[in-house]
Amino acid sequence: MFPDKTVAEGLLDASHLADVQGRSLWKDARIRFFRNKAAVVSFVVLLCIICFCLFGGLIAQFDIETPDFTLSGPNAYLGVPSIDTGHYFGTDDLGRDLYARTVQGTGISMLVGVVGALVAVVVGTLYGAVSGYFGGRTDMLMMRTVDILMSVPYMFVLILMLVIFGRSILLLFIGIGLISWLDMARIARGQTLTIKNKEFVEAAVAIGVRPMTIVIRHIVPNLLGIVVVYSTLLIPGMIITESFISFLGLGVQDPNASLGSLIAKGASQMQYGVLWQLLFPLFFFVVTLFAFFFVGDGLRDALDPKDR
Amino acid sequence: MHPLKWGSTMYSYILRRLLVAIPTILVLIVISFALMFAAPGGPFNAERPLPPDVMANIEARYGLDQPYWKQMFDYTWRVVTAFDFGPSFKYRDKSVNDIIGQGFPVTIVYGGWSFLVAVVVGLGIGILAAIRQNTWIDYLAVGVAIGAQVLPGFVLAPILVLVFTYWLGWLPGGGWNGGEWQYVVMPVIALSTGYLASIARIMRSSMLEVMNSGFIRTARAKGLPMHRIIWRHAMKPALLPVLSYLGPAFVGMITGSVVIDVYFSTGGIGQFFVNSAFHRDYSVIMGITILVGVLTILFNLVVDLLYAWIDPKIRY
Repeated sequence: MFPDKTVAEGLLDASHLADVQGRSLWKDARIRFFRNKAAVVSFVVLLCIICFCLFGGLIAQFDIETPDFTLSGPNAYLGVPSIDTGHYFGTDDLGRDLYARTVQGTGISMLVGVVGALVAVVVGTLYGAVSGYFGGRTDMLMMRTVDILMSVPYMFVLILMLVIFGRSILLLFIGIGLISWLDMARIARGQTLTIKNKEFVEAAVAIGVRPMTIVIRHIVPNLLGIVVVYSTLLIPGMIITESFISFLGLGVQDPNASLGSLIAKGASQMQYGVLWQLLFPLFFFVVTLFAFFFVGDGLRDALDPKDR
Repeated sequence: MHPLKWGSTMYSYILRRLLVAIPTILVLIVISFALMFAAPGGPFNAERPLPPDVMANIEARYGLDQPYWKQMFDYTWRVVTAFDFGPSFKYRDKSVNDIIGQGFPVTIVYGGWSFLVAVVVGLGIGILAAIRQNTWIDYLAVGVAIGAQVLPGFVLAPILVLVFTYWLGWLPGGGWNGGEWQYVVMPVIALSTGYLASIARIMRSSMLEVMNSGFIRTARAKGLPMHRIIWRHAMKPALLPVLSYLGPAFVGMITGSVVIDVYFSTGGIGQFFVNSAFHRDYSVIMGITILVGVLTILFNLVVDLLYAWIDPKIRY
């Protein structure tokens, strides 16, 4: 009756082996992500840009708002980027240090992107999960609301808000957050519809877990993959929105800067031979967006179950 | 081509869509109005306060002495029945309708061209990239599509002016001049490139999918020439994803036109919108916001109907 000893040992080995090689969804995704060269390079670039925002200010020789009067005179000759004067990126039209301003501008743009995406993740995921899970009339009502809000030309409403309540960064955060969750809600809802018919949800219902607990404990964690992917792809959109508004002069106000306002400033000055004022902010804008897009693409390839 | 059944279901679908559009527009008006009333201070608050009786006269002239709900009701009523957005708060002798009438034709001209260029060129590049997959055309198209994603209009516009105006001296760097072609070229390029790239990308991937499907293999097997396969068989199903992108693209272009107007001084509604934003001219901002909202809703309706017409799988 006893099984052959070698077979038993073999089984033991095998189970041991399975234990070692078992790969979770996230580990699997990580391996796949790191195989994607463009995504990894972009990820490193992104880390560098974040370090630049956080620590770049430490090596700045000047602050963002004090004009350097020792360089007053024709900006095109004296304000050029140079290590000697301490203005690594040159000066802007008022003689302020462009390096310090670019550090701050990149930081604000990144912050807007990340905060906007965070709002989208929290509000959108919960909204979508609740709507999808409860279904029926609740679902219809909640999704109609999203439909209606979506067809509002939000950029115009956002500018209207900025005009009425005064232009401030905080309002910009709120405004961008308010519009960003709509797409996320739709995506989360769609995913919830497929998850809610799975056995583990059925089991939870059967043992009498309350609906809201099911949504938070069982539905939302399973949405994380798609949420992560989508929010990385959302951040560049937020950055573009913020820069758009700051480009128009309605967003971040002087002396503070964001990439949009720096690009606007550089663009208005470029006929005077001070091209660096446009090119430095532009470089950081383009590189940041590129990095986010490629990281987002890489994450999608890594986490999307369809491509397995 | 499958026959379009303009039966009662189709009409009821259109009717239902229109009925949904009405509360949307009302929500837009209510939101705008509520924001306006939440604002600290009115449009006539100045650094030096006006004498109280002058202020009272002005408020009576613009109906601002009425209670909140009555103002909103009157405004909505005038907009709905007469399409009248009231007087501008800043330009005393102009109404919002005058301002829209002045700026809108300009926006329509370069916006229309941009839309046309984005759709036609985008589709062309997308199809070409799909049928010449993994050749240099394909790589170029994909590269351009990725590049254009990080170059929104407000980044592209200065670059274009730098190259074509300052370096090459071919095109004027701004102005409208009655819509002469030299003045239209750069706004159209700056506005359309991003959408062109997106359309090309979407069309490429959907075309690839269609070209790999069974009915195309059949068409090839019976010896149809390539152009016939593409135009008669592959085109219609491949267009569907592009079509559903056109709604967002339209909204994006209207929004983008604000930047174009400001940067190129073309004099479209975007320029008035931003000027009014700086001058706190509420009535103009609201008027333009509502106009854009209505256009968006109507455009989405048209797109949905086109979608239903092309895709036989859609039932109401």
